[in-house]
Amino acid sequence: MNNALSIQGLRKVYSNGHEALKDISLDVEQGDFFALLGPNGAGKSTTLGIVSSLVGKTSGCVKIFDYDIDTDIVKAKMQLGVVPQEFNFNQFEKVFDIVVTQAGYYGIPADEAKRSAEKYLKKLRLWDKRDVASRLLSGGMKRRLMIARALVHEPRILLLDEPTAGVDIELRRSMWEFMKELNEQQGTTIILTTHYLEEAESLCRNIAIIDQGSILANTSKKELLSNLHSETFVLDLAQPLISPPLLPGFVSRVNREGGLEVDIPQGQSINMLFSILSQSGIDVVSIRARANRLEELFVRMVEEGK
Amino acid sequence: MGPYRTLIAFQTIVVREIRRFMRIWVQTLLPPAITMALYFVVFGNLIGPRIGEMDGHRYMDFIVPGLIMMSVITNSYSNVVSSFFGMKFQKSIEELVVSPVPNWVILTGYVAGGVTRGLAVGAIVTALSLGFTDLQVHNALVMVAVVLLTAILFSLGGFINAMFATKFDDISIVPTFILTPLTYLGGVFYSISMLPEFWQTVSKVNPILYMVNTFRYGILGVTDIDVGFAFTMIIGFTVLLFGYSLHLLNKGKGIRS
Repeated sequence: MNNALSIQGLRKVYSNGHEALKDISLDVEQGDFFALLGPNGAGKSTTLGIVSSLVGKTSGCVKIFDYDIDTDIVKAKMQLGVVPQEFNFNQFEKVFDIVVTQAGYYGIPADEAKRSAEKYLKKLRLWDKRDVASRLLSGGMKRRLMIARALVHEPRILLLDEPTAGVDIELRRSMWEFMKELNEQQGTTIILTTHYLEEAESLCRNIAIIDQGSILANTSKKELLSNLHSETFVLDLAQPLISPPLLPGFVSRVNREGGLEVDIPQGQSINMLFSILSQSGIDVVSIRARANRLEELFVRMVEEGK
Repeated sequence: MGPYRTLIAFQTIVVREIRRFMRIWVQTLLPPAITMALYFVVFGNLIGPRIGEMDGHRYMDFIVPGLIMMSVITNSYSNVVSSFFGMKFQKSIEELVVSPVPNWVILTGYVAGGVTRGLAVGAIVTALSLGFTDLQVHNALVMVAVVLLTAILFSLGGFINAMFATKFDDISIVPTFILTPLTYLGGVFYSISMLPEFWQTVSKVNPILYMVNTFRYGILGVTDIDVGFAFTMIIGFTVLLFGYSLHLLNKGKGIRS
């Protein structure tokens, strides 16, 4: 299968001498849902910036569907839709005009551009705002406008830099659904950077972790999560506890609600835990895996990388 | 991008530029119309008869070509500098940077926008001047060619200014401290033959003098300078500034890190 994105030996040194990327290499397969994770200043936005031509590279090779950005920049750019972190549209233009104009930059004739703009503005629930000046939109709407604008020329790869930053939970969920649908039904390769590890965990198939300009890990989410030595389960109890009970073989603590959080080593049977709890007269009402498993792994890897 | 798609991209930039200056017509089209109408009334109608003839023409007839040219110069320059810097400031220039539009198309698109506004204002001022004078066109080809080339040249100047500008102050420095003095000293209101020889020589270093005089030649048939030399100079500067603007765009000056 073709790689949607291939980065080899990419290096970026800014004019102030800061080395933002130190010889990074990574491949993203066609149709993938890929996350680039890292703390602030890790080099995520610089990487996406170089891929989308907003940032010049110092050295290295970037290919988008085999089109080298040094020799085939026009074809490479045709494959890309870019949603940057900061709002970057003309605040005085109307929503519809912004999207149609962007299509024009890709050489799409006016009628086709208007149809495509209508399609994506409707999908992103912005159609009723089409004649509104963009500065009057709410933060979430502005973010959706940038997604509609990035998709108007039907790109094969969508790059999203922190797409749900500052977006409320409901809207975040609906944007996740939209991105999933885009990836699964249209086959669009999606590459995103995010701070929300829950976002990467629930959306992405492959993940790269970047810190201080170097890739610390680049693998499938499944494999990455298998590196977790234990997983934490949250147990809601009929009678809240004040202190953790004695659970031989398990590490546990009481959470704020009086429930139990238990770290269960990988491969260990969970039945034993229930057996001990039952013998201790502790009645478990419900059980769930704690979200943000990735967060634990991420923090550990970044700490180890330092 | 093939030629058809390139043409659509070019058209998109030009239409967006025209839409921008039409949307804010109170800031872009109305002020030059009011200013120039005042010039016509005060200098042409009130003071002009006391000045008498200039180069064998009524003073009003003499200043009209210069004032039209002044509007074209100022408006083509300010359209490109404010639009391009505005896009840089709002970061909406990134829409173009990530798109496959070739840099020469971006440049010609902005220049075409600047030329359109320059010519639109020039046409408004010309229409206003008809209320004060009867314009006789001596050489239409010279008149059209010089006004078009001047609008292109100053649109390119505005583009370069915008590429270097990092704050709003930077886009008003050149118009205020360079463009305005050169325009006023460029023979809009007087013939340089009135000046002592030394100042005539100094005036001939001012490129705007050549544009104003060539345009005046196209309308009145009188000029202080050699029209052929003027065209050579304007074309030369246009080629030079186009090349430099493209070089800056290719380097991503002020728009790519």
